[in-house]
Amino acid sequence: MHMADALISPVVGGIMLATTAGVVAYSIKKIQNDMDEKKIPLMGVMGAFIFAAQMINFSIPGTGSSGHLGGGMILAILLGPYAGFITMSSILLIQALFFGDGGLLAYGCNVFNLGFYTCFIAYPLIYKWFTRKQITSKRIFVASMISALIGLQMGAFSVVMETLLSGKTELPFGTFVLMMQPIHLAIGVVEGFVTATIVTFVWKARPEILEKTATLEPLGNVSIKKVLTSILIAVVVVGGSLSWFASTNPDGLEWSMKKTSGEKTLKAPDAIHKTLSEIQNKTAFLPHYGFKTKSGENKEKQAQNEKTSINAGKSISGILGGILTLALAVFTGVLIKVIKKKKKT
Amino acid sequence: MSHHKLEVRDLHFSYPDKYEAVKNISFTIHHGESVGIIGANGAGKSTLLMLLMGVLFPDDGEVLVGDIHVTKKTLPMIRQRLGMVFQDPNDQLFMTTVYDDVAFGPRNYKLDEKEVEIQVAKALKLVGISHLKDRAPFKLSGGEKRSAAIASVLSMQPDVLIMDEPTAALDPKSRRRVMSLLKRFEHTKIITSHDLDMVLETCKRVIVIKDGKVAADGITSEILTNVRLLDDCGLEMPLSLQNCPICGASKE
Amino acid sequence: MSNVINSLYNMRLLDDLARKETPIHKIHPLVKLLTTFVYLIMVVSFGKYEIGSLLSFVFYPVIIFALAEIPVAPILKRVLLVEPLIIGIGILNPLFDHHTILFFGIVISRGWVTFLSIFIKCGLTVVASILLIATTGMDRLAVGLRMLKVPKIFVLQLLLTYRYITVLMEEVSGMMRAYSLRAPRQKGIHRSVWGSFAGQLILRTFDRAQRVYQSMNLRGFTGEYNTGEVTKVRFKDFAYLAGWSLFFIISRIFNIPTLIGLLVTGVIK
Repeated sequence: MHMADALISPVVGGIMLATTAGVVAYSIKKIQNDMDEKKIPLMGVMGAFIFAAQMINFSIPGTGSSGHLGGGMILAILLGPYAGFITMSSILLIQALFFGDGGLLAYGCNVFNLGFYTCFIAYPLIYKWFTRKQITSKRIFVASMISALIGLQMGAFSVVMETLLSGKTELPFGTFVLMMQPIHLAIGVVEGFVTATIVTFVWKARPEILEKTATLEPLGNVSIKKVLTSILIAVVVVGGSLSWFASTNPDGLEWSMKKTSGEKTLKAPDAIHKTLSEIQNKTAFLPHYGFKTKSGENKEKQAQNEKTSINAGKSISGILGGILTLALAVFTGVLIKVIKKKKKT
Repeated sequence: MSHHKLEVRDLHFSYPDKYEAVKNISFTIHHGESVGIIGANGAGKSTLLMLLMGVLFPDDGEVLVGDIHVTKKTLPMIRQRLGMVFQDPNDQLFMTTVYDDVAFGPRNYKLDEKEVEIQVAKALKLVGISHLKDRAPFKLSGGEKRSAAIASVLSMQPDVLIMDEPTAALDPKSRRRVMSLLKRFEHTKIITSHDLDMVLETCKRVIVIKDGKVAADGITSEILTNVRLLDDCGLEMPLSLQNCPICGASKE
Repeated sequence: MSNVINSLYNMRLLDDLARKETPIHKIHPLVKLLTTFVYLIMVVSFGKYEIGSLLSFVFYPVIIFALAEIPVAPILKRVLLVEPLIIGIGILNPLFDHHTILFFGIVISRGWVTFLSIFIKCGLTVVASILLIATTGMDRLAVGLRMLKVPKIFVLQLLLTYRYITVLMEEVSGMMRAYSLRAPRQKGIHRSVWGSFAGQLILRTFDRAQRVYQSMNLRGFTGEYNTGEVTKVRFKDFAYLAGWSLFFIISRIFNIPTLIGLLVTGVIK
């Protein structure tokens, strides 16, 4: 579910970065009042746990695809929505920087897709509603399942919208959606199960954690030992059982893409494209490149330019130039290395 | 504010599961003393240290540092006076460079960064690891980690140094280095250890804990040669004293 | 679970690389962050059908690799691991794009062009991100973030998560090693042992977290995080940012490879 930079346009990336930054700032303000320093190591450990959990791919039976945990719900339930969102953003930043899993420009999108819908919509509106009267295993299960399903659906849809608005693929909206949503439905089921298991563990060990988080009270004197105990038992239980399902099949996102077929050409409304392309025209350096629009003149001009760009790119000088550039780049690199070696001796 | 002594009066403490870890412990430690706290595993030494630092609060009795009672309110002040070095240096080195770990304390006390730099340099020099200041903790050897952990506490210039098993898991040379370090320090030192030879060398006074109570409190040379007492408390004589040619004391 | 261990090694490697002292490493972290962003924005702003101009952007990673003495192989391996996702998405472009172009006499879908474009963009952007951390490291990056006025709590949380990840994974690998030495015929952990394995791991890691918290507390930690002095941006750093940004902008506007090609073919003629 992590989006790469290559699929995002700078405009969409920028907007989402700003949005996410805003939500993070808001969350921080909110928790600063209630900030119980004891929560900090808990946030760190939970962050590490979800990080590890996200590395486990499980195959979704019957579809030939695989998915991985989002973890947003678990974070929201055990840390509260604000701390949960912040923890999620740290995890995603580390993944982007160290693994290239999710791009830096797309960072805002990813945090939003994986964190916002789970922490700020599914958690307060669904999970808390189901557990409002009292907390029981059954309620936890139902609440977790439904929140995970809906949270993930919203996240998946978000990915579709962001990709489409960036205009980097030829995928038509309809088919993209029809493929993304069902896959993430399946992933949502697994996430629901895992979330329910973990939360139930914690609840059985120290129920006050859940109740205090619900009212945003600091953790205070609660014995964190047992909380973390159950969380980490779950780490390895999850890790172990899911490793059975581990597969090298492509991620659900990718699968959606691969299975897409058909002639449906429902594209995103032209109006949106046009607006965004106008914005891009103003900010881009070469307005001819970029968005595909449907309006008359523009299209022709653009088609012409596109043709020229392709022709230029594909003509011999273009290709030759490309090869030479690459060669030059590699040569520069080697040269630098040689000079450095000489300096050392 | 006199920092002349650390006093413990009639301490009682039980864990939430009703286990009585500390039963009626009292002693006074004066400025500049170096005291070894020894006892069998489970005797209550670590709990005692936690009570001294205000990590745990006693059910009964009190801890006084200087003339200040250790309470929730006075904790920030107390913790500036007492520095505790943990058993596992990995718990103490949680930043990404040694410098940052040693600077953590002073920075928390809102010192100006120039001041912080001076304090850190001093602490590193005292411990002899100035050359490691930019190293990542996970790249240090056991002895270097231990030294770094000590430095991270020294940079706050505490009056009292509390150390939990400072020579545990160290190779002979590193152990020797830590021991000479300790002997050089002028701080008041409270050291728990199973390394009775180290206690013999570095501590003038020893308090023996057995079953949550003080079984003995006195001069090191007296207590650590008292075979019966040591045996009673689940301990042995320091290896260097065993089979002593002079007094004929043997292991049995 | 070996996935987890490989990731640990990857992070360790990048952490080690970040501690080098090459001229690139000495550049101010904020400047490197900004340069990376300019690079990303430029690369990503290329249209769907651009490939030629994209290639001049290869200079940036190549030069950084060389000047910062970063080994190319492990980083490229990392990039290749991310590409499959992109390939999965990109491969549909040829299917969906009904326009065709003539390529040396063969008719192919224009989608192949967009596919290649996405592929290259992905490679460039991922390399840029990883090179950023490989030349900066987490703590210097934290300084850069603080200069951007990113709130302290966020930065602290980030550093702690980073630190705990390695701690957690070390515990796991240690336990797995111990297990496999006593169960030589087992591949992975047998499910009957999961319970105690899990229990052990939790207790250990939990205890550590608790002790770390205590040691932080005992050194005066009250929830506020102080990074210490923020390093000044020097002229050298400005020059770095300005220089690269200029190069990126020029490469974005002019199709340098084509120009080079034209030059060469012109000369040959």
